[in-house]
Amino acid sequence: MRLFGTIMVAAAALGLSPASADSSRPPAPYAYKQLADPQKEAKATKLMTELRCLVCQGQSIHDSDAEMAGDMRHLVRTRIQAGETPDQVRAFLISRYGSWVSYQPRLDRETLVLWLAPIVLLAGGAILVFRRIKVRR
Amino acid sequence: MRRKLWLLVPLLLFVGFVAAAAWRLSAPPDTSIRSRMVGQSVPAFTAAALLPDRPGLASVDLGNGKPRLVNFFASWCVPCIAEAPVLLDLQKRGVVIDAVALRDNPDDVREFLANHGDPFAAIGSDPIGEAQIAFGSAGVPESFIIDGKGVIRYQHIGPIAPEQVAEVMAEWEKAQ
Repeated sequence: MRLFGTIMVAAAALGLSPASADSSRPPAPYAYKQLADPQKEAKATKLMTELRCLVCQGQSIHDSDAEMAGDMRHLVRTRIQAGETPDQVRAFLISRYGSWVSYQPRLDRETLVLWLAPIVLLAGGAILVFRRIKVRR
Repeated sequence: MRRKLWLLVPLLLFVGFVAAAAWRLSAPPDTSIRSRMVGQSVPAFTAAALLPDRPGLASVDLGNGKPRLVNFFASWCVPCIAEAPVLLDLQKRGVVIDAVALRDNPDDVREFLANHGDPFAAIGSDPIGEAQIAFGSAGVPESFIIDGKGVIRYQHIGPIAPEQVAEVMAEWEKAQ
């Protein structure tokens, strides 16, 4: 810890600052501002918790402070404000980034295994259990 | 004897699981997000001029018979500095490069271009990432090649490295 402090002091003395990956611009208008209509805001918030932040991949855009997440929240809020349904907004983002952007996977070719695996495993387990029961009799 | 062989099955399954996990953990998945817009027409967007002496960029400027390379960059983006000389090289080879400056200011961009070179025919401003999302781009720098009919033919994620110039030139020729 002391070494780290020494390095930081030395860096400050040399006039160095850590490389920044953020712009100096203010966030998008609706990145942190709620919609005036509470019903629409509730819809937008629910959708924002179900969309993946693309630069911090484990978080939703609702949880992330990344600038791109702010831009995506602005997009979600303005589109909901304009009368689009959450599913339309989600479909728009999926048409750009693929179904990975949504935390609510649809049934399509990419997610087929995800949806079918539990059914196949349950069926397999059921077969095993019934066989055992038969043997006991 | 047969029954004894069956007892090996759980062990074999476990060994298989460990092998699969070791294989995937040693080669982490590619986390870059490819745009679904490749192969489709350029989306509607307008990026107003950022500098007074340079036109902005909008969807109507693309697909007018000649291919263009659209480069998403920013003055605050460190890898963009590494890419700058490669873009100048591409321009020398005849690639027409337009830029979309993400969340940027005129003064910062002017300084960036003065320091690192200026290969851009047009520079549109994208203050809140609307053009970026329209293209399905997830970061800077990223480059898209748009053919003469206005169809996005190629997406390059991250800075174009010198050894990738040949690949980009091949895609450029394909878009003719």
